Amino acid sequence: MALVLVPEAPLDDWLGGLDAQIQRSPAYFAGKPVVADLSALAAVPELVAGLLEALAARGIRLSGIEGIEPAVTGLDLPPLLSGGRTIAEGIAAADPAPPEPAGLLLDQPVRSGQSVVFTGGDVTVVGSVGSGAEIVAGGSIHIYGTLRGRAVAGMGGNAAARIFCRRLEAELLAIDGLYRTADDIEPALRGKPAQAYLAGEQMVVAGFE
Amino acid sequence: MAKVVVVTSGKGGVGKTTSTAALGAALAQAGRMVVVIDFDVGLRNLDLVMGAERRVVYDLINVIQGDARLSQALIRDKRVETLHLLPASQTRDKDALTQEGVGKVIAELREKFDYIICDSPAGIERGATHAMYHADTAVVVTNPEVSSVRDSDRIIGLLDSKTAKAEKGERIDKHLLLTRYHPGRAARGEMLKVEDVLEILSIPLLGIIPESEEVLRASNIGTPVTLSSPDSAPGRAYFDAAKRLQGETLAMMVPEEKRGLMSKLFGRRVA
Repeated sequence: MALVLVPEAPLDDWLGGLDAQIQRSPAYFAGKPVVADLSALAAVPELVAGLLEALAARGIRLSGIEGIEPAVTGLDLPPLLSGGRTIAEGIAAADPAPPEPAGLLLDQPVRSGQSVVFTGGDVTVVGSVGSGAEIVAGGSIHIYGTLRGRAVAGMGGNAAARIFCRRLEAELLAIDGLYRTADDIEPALRGKPAQAYLAGEQMVVAGFE
Repeated sequence: MAKVVVVTSGKGGVGKTTSTAALGAALAQAGRMVVVIDFDVGLRNLDLVMGAERRVVYDLINVIQGDARLSQALIRDKRVETLHLLPASQTRDKDALTQEGVGKVIAELREKFDYIICDSPAGIERGATHAMYHADTAVVVTNPEVSSVRDSDRIIGLLDSKTAKAEKGERIDKHLLLTRYHPGRAARGEMLKVEDVLEILSIPLLGIIPESEEVLRASNIGTPVTLSSPDSAPGRAYFDAAKRLQGETLAMMVPEEKRGLMSKLFGRRVA
């Protein structure tokens, strides 16, 4: 899976939006293949070179471009892709193995000082997360035990991610860049089963009663 | 089959050295061949607690560097003949320990002893990691207070990742030894309760050692409490812990406050 950027003219406005995204989740593009769909810029080919420089300045390296005439692509442009999807289907037909399920299961406690980072999906812990320990997940976090440390869900811009725990004693909860420290968590929820999720720009921490 | 036991905690001052000496003496009195090793290079204490400080000639670092043979550095206890001490060097620091050197010493000790008990220094740096690296079993010494419990949690994480067993994908046996437990203070909520500590650390309990002046006195006269006062409450608790370490199943006694107001006054007047 690659991220697809669809730049639009005027380029400055579009880059401004991109910067805002990077500001919110600095690791959003880290280590991920990025493809640019340049169909919206096809009419103004002189913008393309400037776009590549602007992306490189932000640490984003394109692994391919699409939606543009081959004649426009210059020497220093990434390879031209066309219909990545059909190629992917071709591969899928040849190799019917189902995709790896995206999830990390830990069946022992996460101890103080340990940091579990899994950007590929949900993290499930059968056990407790100690004070001073940290779970970072691209998806949701499920803790069948006491959460005493930090839980950072939705890393990489997944605002739909949630944090669930059987007993809430957390030091910090964060979802998609929004966070709450222990002081801002309703005292009545401490020690109770609870979940945290985003409602718009607000984090909601609620019990299950 | 020799067993390498590391006594560790992360936090300092919780009773690692006292517990090493007491457990070592208890196992030796049960007829086991025991050696206690001080890994606190530069800040050695185990020799004092064992009452052998005037008999140290060669130490662990001398053996590692090849300046002395192991048999020259081992000090046999004068009270229990199966109890031995391998002291640390006071004039060096932890950088003098090497993974390879420690491994050779432990391998040689395995041939002669039933129990090799490694007294870890506080912290999570070199000395502590060397002490735990070769262990088959860990005794995690914890006081019933939050800072000690969190440090123990950290150490348990390291035991599961930074030991030879963990690197081979095996699990190291971990036991909790709760020390300086004061039943009165636990009842008044001034200390964590036993079940709270167990819930946080989730490893099996080896024993509960009550806070006692006997323990302090034993350290100061250089005799492990299991030798100086085997019938005291802490002495009995350490004997039970040593039996559990050998695989026996015993009922766990949670110390309770027995002394009433009158006996407290009386006790104070006599003292």
